[in-house]
This record gives sequence, structure tokens and C-alpha cells, in this order.
Amino acid sequence: MPVVAQFEITYTQFLDEHGKAQQELPEFAADADEMARMYRFMHLTRVFDRRCINLQRTGQVGTIASSNGHEAAQIGLAAAMRPEDVLAPSYREHGAVIWRGVRMSQLLAVWGGDERGHNWDGARHDFPYCVPIATQCLHAAGAALAFKMRGDEACAVALCGDGATSEGAFYEALNAAGAMNLPVVFWVTNNRYAISMPVEGQTAAQTLAQKAIAVGISGEQVDGNDLIAVRNAAEIATQRARSGGGATLVEALSYRLADHTTADDATRYRPDEEVEQASRRAPLHRMKRFMEARFGWTDEQETALIEELEAEVEKEVEAYLATPRPKIEEIFEHQFANMPAALEAQREIARRYPVPD
Amino acid sequence: MANLTLVEAVNQALAWEMAHDETVVVFGEDVGVNGGVFRATVGLQEKFGIERVFDTPLAEAMIAGLSVGMATQGFKPVPEVQFMGFIYPALDQIVSHASRMRNRTRGRLTCPMVLRAPFGTGIRAPEHHSESTEAFFAHMPGVRVVIPSSPVRAYGLLLSAIRDPDPVVFLEPKRIYRAFRQEVPDNGEGLPLDKAFVTRPGTDVTLITWGASALETWNAAGELADEGIDCEVMDLATVSPMDKETILESVSRTGRAVIVHEAAISGGLGGEVAAVLASEGLYSLEAPVIRVGGYDAVPPLARMEYGYIPGVQRIKDAVHECMES
Repeated sequence: MPVVAQFEITYTQFLDEHGKAQQELPEFAADADEMARMYRFMHLTRVFDRRCINLQRTGQVGTIASSNGHEAAQIGLAAAMRPEDVLAPSYREHGAVIWRGVRMSQLLAVWGGDERGHNWDGARHDFPYCVPIATQCLHAAGAALAFKMRGDEACAVALCGDGATSEGAFYEALNAAGAMNLPVVFWVTNNRYAISMPVEGQTAAQTLAQKAIAVGISGEQVDGNDLIAVRNAAEIATQRARSGGGATLVEALSYRLADHTTADDATRYRPDEEVEQASRRAPLHRMKRFMEARFGWTDEQETALIEELEAEVEKEVEAYLATPRPKIEEIFEHQFANMPAALEAQREIARRYPVPD
Repeated sequence: MANLTLVEAVNQALAWEMAHDETVVVFGEDVGVNGGVFRATVGLQEKFGIERVFDTPLAEAMIAGLSVGMATQGFKPVPEVQFMGFIYPALDQIVSHASRMRNRTRGRLTCPMVLRAPFGTGIRAPEHHSESTEAFFAHMPGVRVVIPSSPVRAYGLLLSAIRDPDPVVFLEPKRIYRAFRQEVPDNGEGLPLDKAFVTRPGTDVTLITWGASALETWNAAGELADEGIDCEVMDLATVSPMDKETILESVSRTGRAVIVHEAAISGGLGGEVAAVLASEGLYSLEAPVIRVGGYDAVPPLARMEYGYIPGVQRIKDAVHECMES
């Protein structure tokens, strides 16, 4: 019988878990300043994340999703984007949105239960965190359609996790991107778990990347804990999109080193040894080895950097904590461009009742 | 007899019915190994096996659609959607299929399934974890919408929902999942799905409520009693189809009604209760019917959520307004 379709999925890794180069590195990896900048943001992501968890434990923010273990996937991707591109992030992408110019105090506001945080600085045209699963993939496809119709040389990037690949919205977005040749990148950080469900429970497919094949777009797998592999794949995919070459699905293999959120307890469903093993492959560890070997990065520099970042995060925490509480009137103000009279009347009622903290 | 919280009573009802009816299956996201993010299904997989209690891929339309398929073929699926804010992909399956399978096949195929979901505000959760959109489902003919507001009613109503030959959307008020305990005998006795529950008899005014708002309504009634206003409190429980008879009977005695719910007021089910009173109970009324609900705004994030839902003072003010007019 004739074979009518065949496919293969490539896997790219530049640095092994000890930070040693496995093949010739892309050009940007020789740029000491750029590499230092990305390394700094990876650490910032980690320091911020650690502080967030601590704020949750002391009741100063609500439930929060940790990005521990995703530093390379988030920073490498964000660094390949241009300011005019648009990002549609899931709720776990603190590093990527901070790179895009969002203030940490604003992210804290979001997790602290204050909508004003989503009116954020930086990439004002980016989407807010998406809490429903995979729906942002369609928004990215829609944004990409807008770019295409207007002739903008820009692309849209949707960030989601492995669990999202089971949702209808994910497939619909991929399919639209293929059918309409849209300038969009679907970035799946496969951290192996959707709350308690391991990725093997989501799909019988060998890879998530191959889901691209069914819709006729490019698909590849990269080591999502390898900053260089991430940045390289993101540059190729975004450039392909901007130049009219169509959409790409990238599956970045990583591991969720934290609980799903602070409301979760991952010890109920996965063994400690697995987490321990995964933490040995963590992205920061491997980048440190690389920075040492390539650019003579020292332990003193490392300590000084972390101290500096801790101070930077603390300033943002202070700014967050010093922000006056929202007023109940504010829940009405952005429902419509012009407030209907009926809503004005409700606002007057709401004003009469103090809001318990 | 066990002293249970509402969520534990849900678990007890699921366990009872699974033990007594082998066609009952439980599935959804994180319901198996993890026992549900609110622990509603904890221990069920150990007890009944991975064939009958299982985790699914992350897809709500799939969860509801698989249930429709299974239900038509002799199973009684009791799927869980993790939060009501994520139920909307499943809406298509409930609205387009589950609710009308019996009608469009003239009874040849039916959908005895119970879609469970925690709903409502009050636990300082992130965005999309606080919705009360029961009216979406109540608007659909062919589907029952049941909302327990105590451990005893959670147990009895869930049993009856699973035994019901038609689809039920069973919404659990997570704000009161662990608010108080009750003795809940594990005797397999269901509670009627066509009856509202009078939880506090009174003579001056009828307070009609459901879900987590039952708690504030109850507390308001207690404080009003100290002022000499004797409130009858009614938990509507099955909000669709609605038990008009109990509503009309109560208001025929009290002559006054205040409706309290957490969902946005406009298009909320309080309007349906008010319509019943206006069309069939008008001559009993001594005062305008008053509705107290969530504002017509997106449920706010945690900092403002208790400003959004009706608090005890707002309910008391509404009762005063009703008593004085």
C-alpha cells in the first residue's frame, strides 16, 4: 500500500545538564552581554517566584502558581520576541512577562486579588494572564490574523502547558493557524504535569510537537531547560512567522519543580525522588555551569547578583504592599465604556457597605 | 452517624451510590489519584477501582460529551468539572445534547448523568474560580439544576440526582464546603428534587435563597429575630425546575418576600422567583418583592469579593425595606 504521509519530529539540545555544549552553538551564545542579561532574568524569575510563595504563606497574596523550573523556557522565548510581537501567556509565565516589561508589583497585585495589576506596564498590547486552559491559543491566532491583514511584520506567541494540548481550543487554534497561514507560535512548556495528571495521561502520542503535523504547521521539540535551545527555537519560529512562513508548534521539555499552585500538594501524586532527579536538570544549574566555563562567571558574581535581585524584588514587594486597597466602586468602572444607568445605581448601593478584608 | 462537612457529605453520597449501583462512574480532572482539588472524591479510586473512578485528559467539553455518550448506553456518569468558571466548554454538550436527548429521540435515548461543579466566590481564589452562573443552565429545558446548601442536603440531593433518569447539573457552594458540620446518616436516603426546603419557619417575611448565600441569609434572619422580625428562610435547592408551590404557600402566609443569591442580579434566578410571585401570588403580597444579589459586574478578584456578594447587612436592609413598604 502506498504511504501517503510520513513525519518526523526533531529534538534540539545544545547544553547538557552540566552546561556542556553538545553541538556548535548559535551566534547569540557568544554574546557575553546578552547571555548575562538572560541569565540575570532567569535568576530574577527564580528570586521573584520564591518571594511570591513566601508572601502567599504569610497571607499577603492569594493562591499563586509557581514558575520554578521554567526559567529557561520563559526567558529564552521572551528574549526572542520583539516588542511589537504579542504574547498570550498562561498564568504561570512570570519570567516571560517580566522580561516584556511588566512590573513585579503588578503581578503581585493580580495574585493578591486586585484587577489593577493586569493594567500593566511594558507590553501594553500583550494579553493578560489566561487562567482558563488553552483559550489564549485562539487569541494568539486572532492577533496573528490581525497582523497578517494589516501587513505588520510581527507575530503572536501563545504560551501554554502540556495539559492545554487536550483542550478543543488548542486544536482549533493550531488548525486555524495552518489553514490561514498565520504568523503565530504555539509554545507548549511540557512540564510533565497538569496538576496531578502526568503527560502520559493526556495523550497516547509520542510527542506533543507532532500535533502540528495533523494541521500542517511546523512542529519541533526542544530541551526546555536549555536556555540556548529555547532561544534558538524561538528565534527560528518567530522569524518564520514574521516572514510569512507560517505557524510553528514548539514543545519545550521541562519539569514543574513546584506544586501546581500554593493550593496544591504534589506529594499526593508524585514521588519525591522524581522531583529530586528533575531538580538536578534544572535550567539555572546548567546555565551557571555554562556561564562559568564560557565567560568566567564566578561564585562571587553569582552571590552579588542574587543579593542585587533580592533587593530589586523587595522594592517591588514594598510597592505592592504600599498600594492602597481598591475601592468597591472600581468593580463597576470597567464593565462598559459608558456605564449604564442601572449599573450606576448599583454602584451607589455598593458604596454604602464596607468590604471586609 | 458521621458528623460531616458539605464536601464530606458529597463524598459519602458518591461512595454510597457507587457501592449500590455498579453503573455509576466518577471521572474528571484530578478526581482519581489526587481525590479532587477540594477532596470531594478522595478515597473513591481506592474503594471502587481505577475503572470506575478515573482521571481524564484536561478537556471539559470532552468530559461532558463522554458523559452523554456513556449515559445513553446504560451508565450513570457523575463527572466533575473542577470549577464552574471552566464549565463553559461543557456547556455545548449540556445545552445541545444532554438536555434534549430524551426529547429528540422521543425517549429512545436518555441522559442520566450528574455534572458536578464547585461554584461561587469566597475562597480568595484566582480569576475564573468564583462564578455563579446557575442561570445559564436553569434556562435550558430538560436539565435539572440542583444546589445543596448543607451537608444533609448535599448527601440526599446528590443521591437523588444520580438516581434521576435525566441530566442534572449539581452545583456545590465551595465557600461553605467546610463552613459547618452536620450529622449525616449514611443510609442511602435521597431527598426530593422537586421540593424547596424551609430551614427556618417564620411569619413576617419569606427569605428565599440557595447556595452559599443561605449562610448569610440564615445569619441575617437570626439578627432580625432579635429585632422582632420573624423571617421564614427557604432554601430553593433545586433551582430548576423550581418548586413554585412551596414559594407561593409561604408567601401566602407572610405576604412578603426577599430573594437572596450570589449570582449577578440581572437575569439571575431571583427574577424567576419574583415572576412566580408576580403572576401567581400577587394578591398575597403586601410589599414589593425585593431581590438582593451579586452586582451586574464580573465577580471581582479576592480583595473585593466580599463586597460583591450580599452580606448580612445588605440582606437585613432589604428585609427592613420590605417590612416598611
